[in-house]
Amino acid sequence: MAKSIEQLNSMQLDVLKEMGNIGAGNAVTALSKMLNKKVDMSVPKAQILEFKFVADLLGGADNLVIGILFDMTGDLSGSIMFILEQKYAHVLVNMLMGKEIDDITGFSEMAISALKEIGNILVGSYVSSLSTLTNLKLTPSIPDLTIDMAGAILSVPAIEFGKVGDTVLFIETEFLDDQYAVVGNFFLVPDIASYDILLRALGVMDE
Amino acid sequence: MKDLIKVGMADLNIAKRPSILTTLGLGSCVGIALYDKIYKIAGLAHIMLPSSTQIKNNTNIAKFADTAIVQLIKQMEQNGASKCNMVAKLAGGAQMFSFGRTSEIMRIGERNAQASKEMLTNMSIPIIAEDTGGNHGRTIELYTEDGNLLVKTIGHGSRYI
Repeated sequence: MAKSIEQLNSMQLDVLKEMGNIGAGNAVTALSKMLNKKVDMSVPKAQILEFKFVADLLGGADNLVIGILFDMTGDLSGSIMFILEQKYAHVLVNMLMGKEIDDITGFSEMAISALKEIGNILVGSYVSSLSTLTNLKLTPSIPDLTIDMAGAILSVPAIEFGKVGDTVLFIETEFLDDQYAVVGNFFLVPDIASYDILLRALGVMDE
Repeated sequence: MKDLIKVGMADLNIAKRPSILTTLGLGSCVGIALYDKIYKIAGLAHIMLPSSTQIKNNTNIAKFADTAIVQLIKQMEQNGASKCNMVAKLAGGAQMFSFGRTSEIMRIGERNAQASKEMLTNMSIPIIAEDTGGNHGRTIELYTEDGNLLVKTIGHGSRYI
């Protein structure tokens, strides 16, 4: 039977949140290695929100954000999205390229390519920790990046959640190096049929 | 002072003159704007999915094109509008990510727009303007004064339809 977020019991929810925390933690470690500097992470916040409040995330529905989307295949199917506000995307790019923040208006080809690579590293390590935790085989696709209004980008994971319920589950993670803080959001969106597989693999499926 | 009434994702609302209805950041979702030009009553829905019949969990009627349109008409009529005066405008239904994937996820915007049109046609409400498709987000404002619909984008300009 297809599960919706609101039908999950508190135990299942806690396990899903914890899974997100572990995934985000691994992602930050990978980022730290790539940048070759210490990157700390605040305790990730797993949140469940009704659709009508989703638009208020990320500075409002018409705020400009960067969304990086990955397809996930293997034992689970679905998608993973990593969303950043524009100002944080610039900070990340500058961390990677080792420059001071200068232009915060647009993104060059180079910056976009760097962002995709950052997305790749973060999502790749997020997925591999998920895979280790659940013993499921998971493969993320190459990333696709879109820069547009937060609401418009969030509609992509929200619609997938919408097929099974009226809420979305997402993990907000804050990265900090010694100078800057970056807030990133992971949305793990299993396909309807994948919820049961995921919950069973995590040992919290109620039969 | 004109009221600005916000409609969230999977939400709908109606308004009378001189209020303005708005919904922000439409991506693959579709904004369905109905307007009774005689009584100056407007309704706006922000739908996420084409049809309530394909989904088991369908309690939120504002989430689907079919049920949202029926509900919008009902609420407008309860507030003095008449269906035969109503006209419709559509915006949204974009494809936000350009993966060459085959999955239906990517075509959801197009399907949302199509389902909205079919339902409006079934209800005999003429669609007088639309700004759908493409690959960008849209913010819309519906003016109860004259039924104008302002479509704003990032990098693709703004226009009234």
